[in-house]
Formats: sequence, structure tokens, C-alpha cells
Amino acid sequence: MSLFYFVAFLSVFFSLLVIFSKNPVHSVLYLILTFFTFTIHYFLLNAQFLGIVNFIVYMGAILVLFLYTLMLMNLNQETEPVKSNLLKVIGVIAGGCLLVTLIASLKVSGNSEMVILKDPNLGLVKNLGKVLFNQFLLPFEVSSILLFSAMVGAVLLAKKES
Amino acid sequence: MELALVIEKFILVAIIFGISLVTAMYSTYAERKVAAFLQDRVGPNRAGPFGIFQPMADGAKMFMKEEIIPTQSSGLLFIVGPSLAILTACIGSAVIPWGQTLTIGSRVIDLQVTDINVGILYIFGVVSLGVYGIMIGGWASNNKYSLLGAIRAASQNISYEIAMGLSIIALLMLTGTLSLKEIAQQQHGFWANGWFTWNFFRQPLGFLIFIICAFAETNRSPFDLPECETELVGGYHTEYSSMKLGFYLFAEYINMFISSAVMATLYFGGYNFPFMHHLGLSENLVTILGVVALFAKIIFFIFFFMWVRWTIPRFRYDQLMNLGWKVLIPLAIANIVLTGVFATIFK
Amino acid sequence: MESLTNKKKVLESKPLNFWERAYLPAIAQGLSITIKHFFKKPATIRYPEEKREFSENYRGLHSLKRDEEGRERCTACGLCALSCPAEAITMIAGERQAGEEKLYREEKYAAVYEINMLRCIFCGLCEEACPKEAIYLDGDIVPSDFLRKDFIYGKDKLVEAPLNQ
Repeated sequence: MSLFYFVAFLSVFFSLLVIFSKNPVHSVLYLILTFFTFTIHYFLLNAQFLGIVNFIVYMGAILVLFLYTLMLMNLNQETEPVKSNLLKVIGVIAGGCLLVTLIASLKVSGNSEMVILKDPNLGLVKNLGKVLFNQFLLPFEVSSILLFSAMVGAVLLAKKES
Repeated sequence: MELALVIEKFILVAIIFGISLVTAMYSTYAERKVAAFLQDRVGPNRAGPFGIFQPMADGAKMFMKEEIIPTQSSGLLFIVGPSLAILTACIGSAVIPWGQTLTIGSRVIDLQVTDINVGILYIFGVVSLGVYGIMIGGWASNNKYSLLGAIRAASQNISYEIAMGLSIIALLMLTGTLSLKEIAQQQHGFWANGWFTWNFFRQPLGFLIFIICAFAETNRSPFDLPECETELVGGYHTEYSSMKLGFYLFAEYINMFISSAVMATLYFGGYNFPFMHHLGLSENLVTILGVVALFAKIIFFIFFFMWVRWTIPRFRYDQLMNLGWKVLIPLAIANIVLTGVFATIFK
Repeated sequence: MESLTNKKKVLESKPLNFWERAYLPAIAQGLSITIKHFFKKPATIRYPEEKREFSENYRGLHSLKRDEEGRERCTACGLCALSCPAEAITMIAGERQAGEEKLYREEKYAAVYEINMLRCIFCGLCEEACPKEAIYLDGDIVPSDFLRKDFIYGKDKLVEAPLNQ
């Protein structure tokens, strides 16, 4: 349990650093660390497959693309557009609203029971596959259609220029 | 966890770490020798007999060289880059089954550091992490050539990871497991039920795709565009000197070693060799011979990496991307379909 | 235009067939060529230990010859310096004193004879010019050194070792 708290502290700490670091590239690097702590969380829950997929897909692919884009754009303090005070006020109000909503929803939900895994081996590849392809076949296929449509959209957007 | 197990694993880790470093060291020597032989030359022959102390001399040179950190670079990240590169290169070897079990006294020792049931995916994860070392180093150097090299490395790795993953999926359809240990066990011996047991003979196309992607993932020629010296000076390690440069070069060779081990395990039967249980040898001897067989396969693949490097010229960048996206990925998908069809027919 | 010689050959670039486009047969061919070289004998000559045989008329380091009695042949006429296109040869003449007949053949001899090996182009014109057959470029390759001044060879290095010694 203490391991969980340590890793949880790290995830919160790094995600705060993501927001507070001035340099966008550093910010993405902290985001990588945050995702790494998520992977550890998955492993602690014995969800090995999800953990490793999080590792490969998020850390290994998506964040590489993030980093790639940010390196190309070369953002820094000089190129940062100056934000007007009005924008800042609006930002604070919007953020505050989100915070209030979050706190309210937490309060409403109240103390939930601690989740106990009925089957500790659920996270293993074989069991996950069985559940995914029997119980949740329809949502799984629908999500694949969603991804497919996103891909088609991306190709269309990329083709538009020529 | 009992203490004996911890000690056993610790020793195993130390041995594997040592072996991968020594192999990487001697790969640098082998690379120069192979290059020389392929070009009718002699190669390094001054340090010791046949130049076998050349890697030590190179290492000493690397350590003695002046360490230059550019003033405009971002300090910490400049150091993190090579460290990350060599770290990710080294941790890949944790899940590779180096052999069967050794019995010493009453103790059965498994020659694999850990058998996690997502072994292949772990290796994928580590490989995909490997690009961070290059990217961070290239960006932190604050040099346009380094940055271009880093960006090339990133897009190249991501593109080829997809084809690599798809080629593995076809293999997994046959093996039904992600654990490297089980995959190695399934390829037991050489011939069973009227066909070869090694996965290469059941997945030739998959292997072809895999090995091409392995070349791209390890940034080896003909896909060594991130360090293409004709265009980018030195690529991502332009600004590096001393042992930090050494780490980058070293990481490449360790990567080569690990990917050779993975290829040998996945497609060429790992530690299995023909007639391993028909010779009437004791179990321990078979295990040791198996380790030797695995290393022979690994050395062959390392040689193959070098052989290709000194044969084929570098790809152009658009050709690289065309090959990755328009050829290898459709081929890999076709391979999955074909594998599915064959698996259903011959079940 | 009508071709004059009929030797013109029109090359047409045919579209690649499937195997050529697949690229792999070409790679296999390339690999087979390189592996053939792997087993060939290296063409290298490991220089300091092994030396390539010099040809008969190889022009290497100069040497100032002696005659059959062991006397220096050079008479400091300066023709070699005059003929030298690189102006590498310098000499100062000296007059033979009594009692030096064993050392120098002629009455006039080269007291100082220097060749700058960095300037010399080893053309052999000094050899051609010499009326006394005193200079020949029959030596080895000029050894490397660290300082420019060490490449100016004086008589100590150029004159042949005396006979019977």
C-alpha cells in the first residue's frame, strides 16, 4: 500500500510539473514521467496487458509525436503571444468552475466501497481477451469503427491540400 | 521472496549485463573487422594479436577525451539523453530466455531473468522508449543537425514500430502466447509432425518484415538516417564528445545484440538446436549447448547486420517512409490474413 | 539528324519488372558479392613490417656516391642545384687541402651539401645533370619527422658510408 501512495504522489507531482514548467518540451518530458507512473499503477493492479499497452502506446508513440511536434515548433517565452487580462480572468473563472464541478461531483458520489477484484488474474492477456471478445464484443467493435472513422478523417484532412 | 532466489537472479542479471556489454564492445571490433574483410582489407591489427584489445583502447580513448557540453545546450537533458539511450538498450535483455533450466545440486536455475506473460510487448515498450534517448539528446544539443537527426529518428521509429507490431501479431496467432519462454519452448527441437518447429518456417514473410523493421529500429544501415553524415554532420550526436558519444554508439550495438537475441528467440528457435534430445546427453549439458546455440544464432544475426551495412547504401528519407508505410504495413496486414487462413486450414 | 557513324545506340529505360521492384533479389545479389570478398585475401600491405618491392628505376632518397677508392665523387659544380626544378639543393664549395686526397677525388669538393626533402619532388634531374655520377636517387622512402628543419638533409645523411667499414 505504501508503494501505491509513493507512486500516486509521484504521478500527482509530475502532473503538476507538467503544468508549471515554463518550457513546453520539459512539460512533455514530465508528461512522459507521469504516464510512466500510470504504467506502474496498472502493474500494481496486476493489469499487465493494460500497463504495457499504456507504456507502448502512450509513452512510446503518442508522446513521441507530442515531443516531435513541440521540438519542431520550437516554442519558448519570446514567441509566446501576450495574453490580455480579460483572457486571464476568463481562464480563472473557467478553471474555477471546473474545480467546483469536480468537488461537487466528488461530494455527491460520497465514499465508495473499496473496489475488490473478483478475479485477480483478470488483467492477464488471455482473460482480458476472453472478456473483451465475449462480454464486450459490441463496444469493442464499435470503438474500432470509431477509430477507423477518425483515421479516414485524418487522411481526408491531409489530402485536402493537393 | 527467499534470499537464495534473489541472489540467483542477481547473479544472472550481472552475468547477462556483463555479456551484453562485452558483446557490444566486441561488436565494435567485429564491425571494423567485418567491414575490412568485406572490402579486402585487414582491419584493426595493432592492439594485441589480431587487434583484439582494440575495444579496450577505444574505451580508454573515449574516457580520456575532453568532455564538451555546449553552453547553449540545456544542461541536464544533455546528460540524460545518452544515459537514457544506454539504459533502454540494456533493460531489454531481462525477458529473453537464454536457456532452459540448469540443475545444480537440488536447485533448479532458470536461465531467464523474469518470465512476464507479456514478454514481447515488454520488449516493444523498451524499444519504443529507446527513441527518447536520441530525441532528448538531439534536442538538448541545441543544434539544427542534431534536431533534424532526432526528428528523423522519432518518425522512423514510430513508422516502423507499426509494421513490426503487425508482423508479430501474425506470429502470436500461431503461438497463442506473449511469453517469450513459452514461444521458445514451442519451437522445441527442429522437426516435429512433418514440419520444422522453428517459427521462421511458419512465418517467412513475417520474419522478413520483422528483420527489416529491426534494422530501422536499431538505426542501422541502410536505415541509419538519424546519423546520416552526408547530410547531418553526425546526426543526433553531433555535439557529443567523450564517453557520452561512446554511450550513444554503445547503445546502438547493445540494441543490435538484443534485437538479434529477440529474432533468434522468436523465429529461429531460441536455445533449441536440432536433435537436442536424441543425443542422449544430460539435461545440464543440453542446456549449456542450448545457450551456445542461442549465442551462435545471435552472432550470426549480428554478422548479418554488419554484412548488410557494408553492402547496401543508405535509403533516401522519402524512400524510407514509402517503404515503411506503403509496403511493409500492407504486407504485414496481408501476412496476418494469410496466417489466419492457413492456421484455419491446417488446424 | 542523321547519325554519321551508325554507332549511336538508343537506350530505353524499361519499367522495372516485379522482381526488380521487390528490391530483394538485388539485395541478395549484393550480399553474395560482398560475402565473396569476405573470403578473398586482403590486398593490404602492412607497411612498416612488409614493404612493397620497389621497381628498378624507383627514385627514393638521394645518396652521394664515393668512387672505388672511397673518395667523394662530388666536385661541387652546382649543376644539380641548377637543374633542380624545386630548388631543393644548396651547396657550398670548399677547396681540397693537402693531405685530403684520400677524402675527395677532385680539387674542389662540397663542404656543405643540403637537400630539403620537403621541397624535393624526386624527379631525378640532379642525377641526370651530374657529370661526375656523384648523386643517385637509389635510397628508400624519406622517413617522416616532426620538425621542418629535420627534413633538411646534410652530408651526414646523404654521403654513402665509407668503403671497408
